[in-house]
Amino acid sequence: MKITVGIPRALLYYHYYPAWEAFFRSLGAEVVLSDETTKAILDAGVHLAVDETCLPVKLYLGHLVNLRDKGVDYIFAPRVVSVEERKYLCPKFLGLPEIARFCVPDLPELLTVEINVHQQYRRTISGLYQLAARFDRRPWKARLALRAAERAQECYEKRLKEGLTPYDVLSGKGLVKKHGSMKVAVLGHAYNVNDPFISLGIIEKLRAMGVEIVTSEMLRSEEINTGADKLEKGIFWTFGHLLMGAGLHFLQQQEIVGLILVAAFGCGPDSLTCELVERFYKRRRSIPVLLVTLDEHTGEAGLVTRLEAFVDMLRWRKAV
Amino acid sequence: MKVTFPHLGSLSIALTGLFTDLGLEVIAPPPITKKTISLGVLHAPEFACFPLKISLGNFIEALEAGADTLVMIGGTGPCRLGYYAQVQKEILRDLGYDFKMIIFEPPQGQLNKLINEIKTITTNCSSFKVLQAIHTVWRKVKALDKLHARSLQIRPRELECGATTAAYQQSLALISEAHTPQAVTVQLKKGMQLLNSVACDWQKKVLRIGLVGEIYMLLEPYANLQLERTLGEMGVEVERSVYLSDWIKEHLILNTLHFPGGLKTKRAAAPYLNHFVGGHGWESVGDTVRYARRGYDGVIHILPFTCTPEIVAKSILPTVSREQGIPVLSFSLDEQTGEAGFRTRLEAFIDLLAGTTLVN
Repeated sequence: MKITVGIPRALLYYHYYPAWEAFFRSLGAEVVLSDETTKAILDAGVHLAVDETCLPVKLYLGHLVNLRDKGVDYIFAPRVVSVEERKYLCPKFLGLPEIARFCVPDLPELLTVEINVHQQYRRTISGLYQLAARFDRRPWKARLALRAAERAQECYEKRLKEGLTPYDVLSGKGLVKKHGSMKVAVLGHAYNVNDPFISLGIIEKLRAMGVEIVTSEMLRSEEINTGADKLEKGIFWTFGHLLMGAGLHFLQQQEIVGLILVAAFGCGPDSLTCELVERFYKRRRSIPVLLVTLDEHTGEAGLVTRLEAFVDMLRWRKAV
Repeated sequence: MKVTFPHLGSLSIALTGLFTDLGLEVIAPPPITKKTISLGVLHAPEFACFPLKISLGNFIEALEAGADTLVMIGGTGPCRLGYYAQVQKEILRDLGYDFKMIIFEPPQGQLNKLINEIKTITTNCSSFKVLQAIHTVWRKVKALDKLHARSLQIRPRELECGATTAAYQQSLALISEAHTPQAVTVQLKKGMQLLNSVACDWQKKVLRIGLVGEIYMLLEPYANLQLERTLGEMGVEVERSVYLSDWIKEHLILNTLHFPGGLKTKRAAAPYLNHFVGGHGWESVGDTVRYARRGYDGVIHILPFTCTPEIVAKSILPTVSREQGIPVLSFSLDEQTGEAGFRTRLEAFIDLLAGTTLVN
């Protein structure tokens, strides 16, 4: 029987799932995803987490419970410290395996490889080889698996650049048709924006209103970097950098008519980056901004009202 | 140039001395009050952490008092502190203040950048004078920490409530009068004598509690609702795990030279958390384990609301508490915290600890 590796459909799933899947598949393991987010999954996470943890981490714990109940052999829970030079992920990713281990009882063994490109590049690579060796002892197999992961990731990122959101690609839906002529940027952590349950389907709702969506994932890294270069001091969180870079890029290009910021309540990095983006937009006075804060209490009706009001306002501005 | 800086416990004594010795005019922000907090909360991002809000309030009040140069520290992440200065600068700019902000970034191997920053504020001083001023401020920081640690031991045993606090305030004033390294040593001795002359009952049985958590919340008594004083006057001996001099030693000296610091704490934390998580999350876990091993009666963990590194620690601490057999109480504080509720929870915790000690 094949070894099963569980991957929670939360947090970095939206960034790296194709690579992870390819990696474990080519090592002969079976990859099991947790179910799409439901109220029960979120409630399970909220119940286990420390109360002031942010929504996406609570959701992650809920997905771990879901995987545990599916009876997988292992759960892949990497410690992703840094994925590029001089930048970190949010502190919660640094302690994520511990949060999982100490908050969720009776978990199967966690596969926790440390990804730390900034400080420990070599150890990251050897850690990946050690992880692969647990499935197949032949080193060339590990090399193949890593290459497969890299290729899958490149292919995934290429599709994102074509104007699809991570959810469009990962759910296999693809882009049905080009929507509307009004371009609105939706910026926020991919794991908040793309989970249709916790974001209350914000993308789908906007598309149904005839809005074309752009996100930071659709931009090339040069565009993000030129945007972020306007800052005196670069942002040291990878996702904060992405959000800020995309925000400033759109502000400079003036090709969008509105900006929607999606943040989870209590998100540390977003409390500062969203604030700055908002201030920069306010100073230019040319593109309206809507800030949507998500938590487990978010009511759908309230969000719909706010989105409709925002889109109406954008249409009037255009008409005038 | 009228220099100012944010408050952090007794740091203003050391910094006022430093900048005065460098020949600069100093306008220290007024002591933190409700007004400071309201100003900070009004203009800071909604769920930014509490230290950002308070220090923003400090800056606004100091600018109103006539300061024009703000001194702040930077950082390289992943804790939010490293980006405070940038955000505060933009907020103050939007408020229409005219000022210069000097941000000291950790050197990260490039010392010349830091030296240039220092030079911008020490233009009319000789290098000797600069070095002497730095030497003095370092001794002052150490002296202030020593006095503080001593006051924590004396307060629970004082015969007259408030005597220690009065003596401690006097000893702080003594330190602020010193302007050379030698003078600091002399004043420290006098300050210690003052504290030691407080009438005490050394036979009294006291509970011992360790304080762990985020550095700003631990060091700034206004932010932690005078936790140390309250506990001391309830007859509890408190030990604080974080002191500014230790922090400077570890982060500004050892880490710059690529030496790991705080190894004892990190080793103690290893079974639970074997990785840095930014801020003081790792230390909070390690220090809790160490207090348990040293036979303390309990640990109080203080964090600003939404502090990410400490939330990681908070997720782990219940397990540490169970396995190491030490009661832990976490307080997540911000501008919403009510003093009465805080006190009630503290009293309940102390009663619980006292009860367990009596039974054993």
